Amino acid sequence: MAEVATVEKEPLFSKKNRQLLKDPLDDQNPITVQVLGICSALAITTQVKNAVVMTLSVMFVMMAGNVIISILRNRIPDRIRIIVQLVVVAALVILVDQVLKAFVYDVSKQLSVFVGLIITNCIIMGRLEAFALANKPWPSLLDGFGNAIGYGWVLVIVAVVRELFGSGKLFGIELLGNATAKTGLYSIGYMNNNMIILPPMALILVGIIIWIQRARNTQLIESH
Amino acid sequence: MALDKNSNGYTFGFAIVMVIVVGAVLSIAAIQLKPFQDKNISQEKMQNILYSISVECSRDEAPDLFEKYVTEQVVINSKGEPIEGVKAFDVDVQKQYKELKAKAISPEAVEYPLFVCNKDGETIYVVPMVGTGLWGPVWGFISLKSDLNTIFGATFDHKTETPGLGAEIKENSFGNQFKDDVVYTDGKVTIKVIKGGGGADDPSGVDGITGGTITSVGVEEMIQRTFEVYKPYFETIK
Repeated sequence: MAEVATVEKEPLFSKKNRQLLKDPLDDQNPITVQVLGICSALAITTQVKNAVVMTLSVMFVMMAGNVIISILRNRIPDRIRIIVQLVVVAALVILVDQVLKAFVYDVSKQLSVFVGLIITNCIIMGRLEAFALANKPWPSLLDGFGNAIGYGWVLVIVAVVRELFGSGKLFGIELLGNATAKTGLYSIGYMNNNMIILPPMALILVGIIIWIQRARNTQLIESH
Repeated sequence: MALDKNSNGYTFGFAIVMVIVVGAVLSIAAIQLKPFQDKNISQEKMQNILYSISVECSRDEAPDLFEKYVTEQVVINSKGEPIEGVKAFDVDVQKQYKELKAKAISPEAVEYPLFVCNKDGETIYVVPMVGTGLWGPVWGFISLKSDLNTIFGATFDHKTETPGLGAEIKENSFGNQFKDDVVYTDGKVTIKVIKGGGGADDPSGVDGITGGTITSVGVEEMIQRTFEVYKPYFETIK
């Protein structure tokens, strides 16, 4: 085993560990840089509440998955490691799905199949394979948390724009007035943009986020 | 390490232990959470029944209001005769429809629930129904006024219809069209879902969903088939 002799104990939030949290937020963002997990980002970002619940679900699955795989990393037979990862992730997702159904039934109905599809969210398998299999539980936990936040902030921003301009609401609260009763902004002829509710608009919004990010962080621009 | 973690024996052993552990954890979770999930589902059913008689409430309020408005629950068989000893609320019409389509039960064995409600002194009859849309099941509740012919309210839902097209049956704009339409004309089921609606001279026509033709047809089939079954029973209690 390679990492037997770590003489000095590493502090919990060493520079390296802080990097694990920071990288996925910007330089290694799973959605905008690695372009993973796009499918769910398009599908469930019509409402902020859904985006938040989805982020929390992904966060739980990613952190727990990373830790479990990391603990087992020296015991998992190489030949079936992908299957083992899949089973761990699938089990966690089913658990999340059952809990959502029991305690936040309405949200679970709206997220419908996308909770189940967390299993196929490339970010999760990617982190297990690339990070948790080679690192200790604590850094793996941080890595999972960092990536979930990196996934979540993009989701929430897209959802805020889509819910606000698509339905005139945020967290279901009618900020711009009632569209059917024509109150607030609607009384002077403002209309919701129905196109924003449709999935392609989420792709355009993610595109805009990528654009802004690369304009600020020129390291991300590919040279070729 | 004493064990060769890449040997066949170890790989099999690992897989077996993993499956047993995961299976046990998930089964325990499923059993523990089942009561909560069932409660949600039954509350939602109550909410839908109440919605079809124009009582809007949150899911938590549903059981109390259900108790308040629903005065009688009746179950009839496919010939329209009342069945004793079955509680209408416990009849899972969707499950029975699925079993019927899979030929697991005979058409005669299907039970048809009816909820008799009392709202502001008026008797309203709520009929649950289930059918097939484009991608999966569609279902709904239609309530009839005390003449057992004029529609008081309707609410529909679906599992997997296309958002923006067939899924629109869920919207109030679709369900509200049914209000005050008549189900039976001269003893026949005449309610239908057609393009453009029935107009003023046809009180049985309801406008379908543009781009959701197959869903609309499914909804029509569901309504006509269901009301056909209830017809004999309605004749007896009129």
